[in-house]
Amino acid sequence: MAVLTYREAIRAALAEELARDENVVLLGEEVAQFHGAYKVSEGLLEKFGPDRIVDTPISEAGFIGMGVGASMLGIRPVMELMFWSFYSVAFDQILNNAANVRYMSGGLINCPIVIRGPANGGTNVGATHSHTPENVLANHPGVKVIVPATARDAKGLLKSAIRDNDPCFFLENTILYGEKGEVPDTEELIPLGLADVKRTGTDLTIVTYGRCVLHSLAAAEILEKDHDISVEVVDLRTIRPLDFDTVLASVKKTHRVLIVEEQKPFASVGSQLAYMIQREAFDELDGPIHRLATIDAPAIYSPPVETEQLPNVPRVLKAALAAVA
Amino acid sequence: MSKKAVPSADPKDEAACASAGSPAAAPINALLPNEGKIELHRKMVRIRRFEERSLRAYQSKKIGGFLHLYIGQEAVAVGCCSLMGPNDHVITAYRDHAHAIAVGMDTKALMAELYGKITGCSKGKGGSMHYFAPSLNYWGGHGIVGGQIPLGTGLAYAVKYRKLKGAAMAFMGDGAVNQGAVHEAYNLAALWNLPVVFVVENNGYSMGTSQDRSSAGPGLAQRAEAYGMNWGTCFGHDVYEVRATMDKFLTLAREKNLPSVVEIDTYRYRGHSVADPDKTYRTREEIEDYRRTKDPIQVFQAALLAEGVLTEALAEQINAEAVAEAELAAEFAEASPFPSVDDIQKDVYWEVDNPSQRTSQGRLFFD
Ligand SMILES: Cc1ncc(C[n+]2csc(CCOP(=O)(O)OP(=O)(O)O)c2C)c(N)n1
Ligand SMILES: [Mg+2]
Repeated sequence: MAVLTYREAIRAALAEELARDENVVLLGEEVAQFHGAYKVSEGLLEKFGPDRIVDTPISEAGFIGMGVGASMLGIRPVMELMFWSFYSVAFDQILNNAANVRYMSGGLINCPIVIRGPANGGTNVGATHSHTPENVLANHPGVKVIVPATARDAKGLLKSAIRDNDPCFFLENTILYGEKGEVPDTEELIPLGLADVKRTGTDLTIVTYGRCVLHSLAAAEILEKDHDISVEVVDLRTIRPLDFDTVLASVKKTHRVLIVEEQKPFASVGSQLAYMIQREAFDELDGPIHRLATIDAPAIYSPPVETEQLPNVPRVLKAALAAVA
Repeated sequence: MSKKAVPSADPKDEAACASAGSPAAAPINALLPNEGKIELHRKMVRIRRFEERSLRAYQSKKIGGFLHLYIGQEAVAVGCCSLMGPNDHVITAYRDHAHAIAVGMDTKALMAELYGKITGCSKGKGGSMHYFAPSLNYWGGHGIVGGQIPLGTGLAYAVKYRKLKGAAMAFMGDGAVNQGAVHEAYNLAALWNLPVVFVVENNGYSMGTSQDRSSAGPGLAQRAEAYGMNWGTCFGHDVYEVRATMDKFLTLAREKNLPSVVEIDTYRYRGHSVADPDKTYRTREEIEDYRRTKDPIQVFQAALLAEGVLTEALAEQINAEAVAEAELAAEFAEASPFPSVDDIQKDVYWEVDNPSQRTSQGRLFFD
């Protein structure tokens, strides 16, 4: 296995899929000559040329709508949002056009697009640049939402998303771009909608995804060592489709649940999970479902305080201890 | 406030500018065989009779939601769509019945869609504003004002990416030109030389707001100049003129990947939608004047009679057939079943509709 950064893994997925299918194009602001605002697409212009790797103007509604239109004719555009936060200026194209066109055409049209880019807080860029819209996106039937935590998952899931015939929204994380991980040398397609148990345990299930997987694993380590508590960490990897069977199996084993998410609490992914767990595993629970989310306010700028606003290892620890108390 | 006159054409490109003689004499029209001319007339009549029948169905509560009628504007959709080649594509807004019939959709499926029936073109899932026919290069039918224009630009992008000789026609109303997404699309089309003709159907009003009260600047098509695009205007009550003008701009798109904006002067006789009482923002006299002097069907019928292409008897026959077709469509719609509750969750995901090819796992629907 090669050791790649999360950034390199995404780049490798893009390169492999661009090479495999000439209908795949990468569109976005600064993706070509600048090599991507976060250098994800470095080297792709040189390899695939300007017809495949396309610098767009700062025009999210325009180029995403254009990609949706092109996808109706079989082009498979991967569109980079410099930050997912900017989806709001293209909301109509993403969630009216891409999400609805199949339905409103009675199934005559499909929209094989991928929109990808980072969606996270923690980099002190303030409220406008720190949105985590996975719950908003997943609220729209017709779309798929993927939030990978590791290099391996990022690569295998992005490849699947590019081949998928439904609109896929792929939420990366600027803080994870430099994280290294093992990635198989041979081609790996990780199916969308398959969760991954990143650590097995018997006393508490932490259901999480994205960067919170890393916090949860670090906290689980400490809980094991210092508190003799065995934690199972379920990484959802995909929000919609949702692998609820893996969640359920873990809950039936540990009987206690903590959901950890980098989301504002109201109507979050965790809210949906909590509803489903109580509905389908009520009798398995030894206590109420706990949740740790982002503190409910716009993202604060102040660097040391933003760390406290988001889930972090001490906050996960505290929440886990409360969940098993 | 009365409808504003469209300024005269002044396309930047010399080729587009050269317009010799009357529209009827333009080669694209002069070379049209009699059958082709009669077909243009027939299409306009079929559209009008279809919409009149749909209005009656609406009034007898067979149709829900909105119904935006195109009556008065028929020469625009028919003229433009009659120019389509195999790699040309069309997309429009919610006033989409005429374009659907013009590209060749079956009126039975269109009427059934209005009735919300499973036999509708979108299986009763789209309604009046959301007609689609990919096999006829017709990409909707879109409910959000201006939202379809980036998609139309994407159709052109795909045609160019595939190195095909074709063009997209992206239709919008005079109100849509003020949407940001439209300007983003203009910029992309001009920046990347995409083969798209943006067609502004200027019927003078966006709902109850006249062009004077909504759009700054001298003219709507002229805004193309800001993006270095060609533009033109035309009198949209004459299908010959629509064809002559659009042919030039479509040729520029197909042959040279030059996008353009064409503003077509037209008029709707009915309210914005059937729900619009149409009493506050324009005069009866204005509507009557258009009906009497500029009705596209009357204008063209008179031209074809004068040319000897059409006889009164044939015109009468075409009309009777159109009335019968609309009636048949209504009977078909009436007799068709509604979708079932089980149908609600079909056509949401490609993967769910193609289960043997599903690659993802997990739950796609929630309750
Ligand atoms: C984004 C958006 N805003 C408002 C509306 C409501 N609306 C529907 S049609 C319309 C008027 C549009 O007029 P115009 O573009 O001139 O087209 P026309 O109806 O004349 O064909 C309005 C305001 C909408 N559908 N979408
Ligand atoms: Mg209008």
